[in-house]
Amino acid sequence: MMDLDPTEIFRQEAAELLETLETVLLDLGQRPGDGDLVDAAFRALHTIKGSGAMFGFDRVAAFTHDFETAFDLIRKGRIVADHEIVTVSLSAKDYIRTLIEDPDSTDAIIGEAIVAELHRLVSGLGSGGAGAEAHEPEAAAPPAEASPEEAGWAIGIAFNPDILRNGTNPLGLLDELRDLGPCEVVADLGAVPELAALDPEHCFIRWTVRLHAPCPREAVEDVFMFVSDEMTLTIAPLGEAAPDAAEAPMPAAQAAAISAPPARKTPAAKTPVPAKPAAGEAPAAERPAPDKAEHNRRSDDKGSTVRVQAERLDELMDRVGELVIAQARLSQLAHVSNDLAIKAIAEEVERLASGLRDTTMGVRMVPMGTLFARFRRLVHDLSRDLSKPVEFVTVGEDTEMDKTMIERLADPLVHLIRNAIDHGIENAEARAAAGKPATGRIELSARYVGAQVLVSVQDDGGGLDTARIRAKAEENGLIQPGAALSEHEIHQFLFHPGFSTARTISALSGRGVGMDVVKRTIEAMRGSIDLTTVPGLGSSVTLRLPLTLAIIDGLLIRVGEGRYIIPLSAVEECLELTPADENRSRGRSFLSVRGELVPFLRLRDQFDAAGQPDPHQKVIIISTGEMRVGLVADQIIGSHQTVIKSLSKLHADVTMFSGATILGDGSAALILDVAQLVGLGQGRAETDKTMEAA
Amino acid sequence: MTDAATLGRPAAAGPVPHQPIQALMIAIGQEIFAIETAMVREIIDPVPLTRVAGAKAHLPGLINVRGNIIPLADLHERFGMPAGQTTPDTRIVVIEVEIDEDPVTLGIIADKVHEVSEVSRANAQQTPRIGMNWRPEYISFITKWNDEFIIVPNLSAILV
Repeated sequence: MMDLDPTEIFRQEAAELLETLETVLLDLGQRPGDGDLVDAAFRALHTIKGSGAMFGFDRVAAFTHDFETAFDLIRKGRIVADHEIVTVSLSAKDYIRTLIEDPDSTDAIIGEAIVAELHRLVSGLGSGGAGAEAHEPEAAAPPAEASPEEAGWAIGIAFNPDILRNGTNPLGLLDELRDLGPCEVVADLGAVPELAALDPEHCFIRWTVRLHAPCPREAVEDVFMFVSDEMTLTIAPLGEAAPDAAEAPMPAAQAAAISAPPARKTPAAKTPVPAKPAAGEAPAAERPAPDKAEHNRRSDDKGSTVRVQAERLDELMDRVGELVIAQARLSQLAHVSNDLAIKAIAEEVERLASGLRDTTMGVRMVPMGTLFARFRRLVHDLSRDLSKPVEFVTVGEDTEMDKTMIERLADPLVHLIRNAIDHGIENAEARAAAGKPATGRIELSARYVGAQVLVSVQDDGGGLDTARIRAKAEENGLIQPGAALSEHEIHQFLFHPGFSTARTISALSGRGVGMDVVKRTIEAMRGSIDLTTVPGLGSSVTLRLPLTLAIIDGLLIRVGEGRYIIPLSAVEECLELTPADENRSRGRSFLSVRGELVPFLRLRDQFDAAGQPDPHQKVIIISTGEMRVGLVADQIIGSHQTVIKSLSKLHADVTMFSGATILGDGSAALILDVAQLVGLGQGRAETDKTMEAA
Repeated sequence: MTDAATLGRPAAAGPVPHQPIQALMIAIGQEIFAIETAMVREIIDPVPLTRVAGAKAHLPGLINVRGNIIPLADLHERFGMPAGQTTPDTRIVVIEVEIDEDPVTLGIIADKVHEVSEVSRANAQQTPRIGMNWRPEYISFITKWNDEFIIVPNLSAILV
C-alpha cells in the first residue's frame, strides 16, 4: 500500500523546497537586502542539489549547482538581489521543476540561457568582471583575508559525540573538504575510550585538516553548513602561526594523513590536544548571530513536522468516526443503566473521544496561507505581463480549512485573481485619470462567519460595467431588450457559460470560460458565490464555503418519524412556536424574534413527514452570514457528535442534505444543509414581500 | 420459443458473450432478476430505512451497513410494480456497481433471494419489443432458468 519509491520521495521533497524557494524569492523581491531570505533560498537550493544528485537527477543537480553558484554571490552580500534577479531566479526555479517533473520536455539550452542571464546580472553588478566561474569573483574581492586565502586553512573539527546517530557521515564531509583542494587530514583519537567502553555510535574522533587551497573561508564553512550546530569548527589561516590546536598534532600528520578513513582502534596519533576545545569555542561564538538563529530554526522545523500520506489521515479520521459512533452507543446504554461504574466509564470515554476527535480534525486542517502563497507568483507574473503594477495583500492566512477543500479552491481563485488583474485593475492612464494611485491593489482575504468560511478577492479597479454586461446579454439573446432587471440579476450573467465582455481575447481572458467554471466548482463544494461592485471603486467576489469537516457538533431533532442533524455552529437559538404564531402562520410564515422578522420553514412540509405534528412545535433559528431562518421541528432531542458521511453519488440530486450520520441506535440520520435551507427561507421571505406589496 | 443460440446479437456485455456467468437469483415482485455474483458484496436482513426527502422514487433512502451509509434502491418502481411489503423473505442485497467509472455501493431490496446459478447469454431470448412496459435500456437480456424467464438487468442504467 505504501509507496516508498525514493524517487517519488525526492519529487515530493523537491516540490516543497521549490515552493519554499518561490516564496522566499518573492519576499526577496520586496525586501532585497534581507540576508535571512537569501540564506533560506540558498539552503533550499543546496538541498535540492544534494538530494538531486543522490537520487540520480543529474541534470537537476548540475543546473542547481550553477544556480546556486550565482546565488552565492548574493549571499556573500557582494550584490543586492534586485527585481531583475528575482525574476530570472523564478524562471530558474521553474526550470528546475520542469527538469524534475518532465525532463524530456525541455532542452538544456534553456537552462544554459537562464544561467547565463543570471550570471550576467550577478557579475554585471558585482566587482569581478568575468562572471561565469563563480570562484573567480569571490577570490577577486575578498574583504580582509586576502593573503591567508592563498596559503589555505587549518581547520579543527570536533563533532558532538552523537552526530552519527543523525546519519551524518564525517568522512563524507572530509571528502568534501578534499574537493576544495589537497588536504592533510589528521585524526585525533585521544578521546577514544577502551574497547570495552566504546560505543560504536559515538564519534570520539576529532580531526585537524590542513587545506592547501586558495579558497575563501566561506567555502570551508559551507561544507559544514548542515552540521554546524552539532560541532565545533575552527578555521584559521594556514600562513599565520597556526593556533596550538593545529600545530600540536603536526608530527603525527605524516602517519595518518594518507589514510583518510582513520582506523578507529589504532592509537597511532594519541596526541592529546587539550587546547583545542577552548580554541574551538571562541570562533564559533563569533559567528554572526542571525546565521546561528537560522540554523536553529531550521532544525526546529525539522523536528516538529512529520510528513504523512493523505490517505492515512483519512483512514485515521474514519477510525475516529467509528469510535465516536461506538461511544455514542455506549453513552446511550449507560444512560439507561443504573450501574454507576458504567456511567463513569462512559463519561470518561466520551471525554477522550471528543478530545481525540478535535485533535484528529486539527491535523487535517491547513491554514489558508499555504494556498495564498501560491498566488503571489501569479500576481507577480500577471502584473509584469500586463504592465499593471499591483500590490497583493492577503488577510486571514491563518484561517484554517480542511486540506481537501483548500486543494479544490486553488483553481477558482486563480480565475478570480486573473480576472481582477486583467479586467478589474485599469491601465495606468485610466487610473491616473481617476485620481487613483498608479499601483493597483488586490486583496485576498479569508475569515470565519458562523459555520462558513468567506474567501474574497477584492480589487480597487473600475468595477463592473453593468451597461456593457446588459448589452452583451441582450446581444446573446439571454434577455429581452429593455427587460426590467436589477443590477444584481444582470451581474449573474457573468456566470453564464460562454459569456465574456472582453473586447479582445487575450491569453488570459476573454474566452468566456472561467466564471461559470468557478461557480460550478464552488457549488460542487456546496458553497456559494457573491459579486458586489461599486463603479469606479472596484469589485469583490466572495466565496462562501462550508467548513466541511469530517465530524461536527450537531443538534439532533425529530421531524415526524425521521431524525435529522442541524450543524450546531449554525444554530442561534431554539424557541417554542407559540400558538398565536402557529395559527397566524397560515397567512405569513415569519415570526418576530425580539422585534426582528425571521422567516421560518416547516420541516414537516419540506420533508413530507407523515402523521400528526406534535402539539408543541419547536423553532430552531439558524443563520449563515447575515440571514436568519427558523426551522420548525416536532422535537429537539439534544446535541450529538456527528460523523459526517457524504451522500452517495446516486443521491447527488438531493440538495437539502449535506450528508448523513449514524446515530447511537445504528440508524442513519440526515444532516441538513443550512445554506440551502436559508436560501429556501430567503425565497419564501421574498415571495412574502411581493405578496405584501401586491 | 425454441433455441435461441443462433441469434446474432452484438455482444454488448463483455468480451466472451457466451461464457456462462454466475448470478444470484432474486425475486422483485413477480419477476426474477439475475444479479452477477461479482457485483454482490453481501446479503443482509432488512435494516431500518432512513427516508431521504426529495430523492428519486427508486432511491428512497439510506441504510447503515456496518458503519457505511449506503443508498437503498427499490427497483419495483422502475419496473412498474407496486412497492413490495416487507415479508419474512425480504432481504437486502448489497452490491457494487460502476457509475460513471466510479464504484458505488448500494443495497437493493429483494422480495426473496433464491440461489446462485449459472446463466448464459447463449440461452438469451430476444427482448420482445412489444408486450412489455419496461424500458429496454434497463434490461441487458432475458434468459431462461428452471423453465422460467429471468431478467438480467442493466443496473447502471436503472440506477441513474
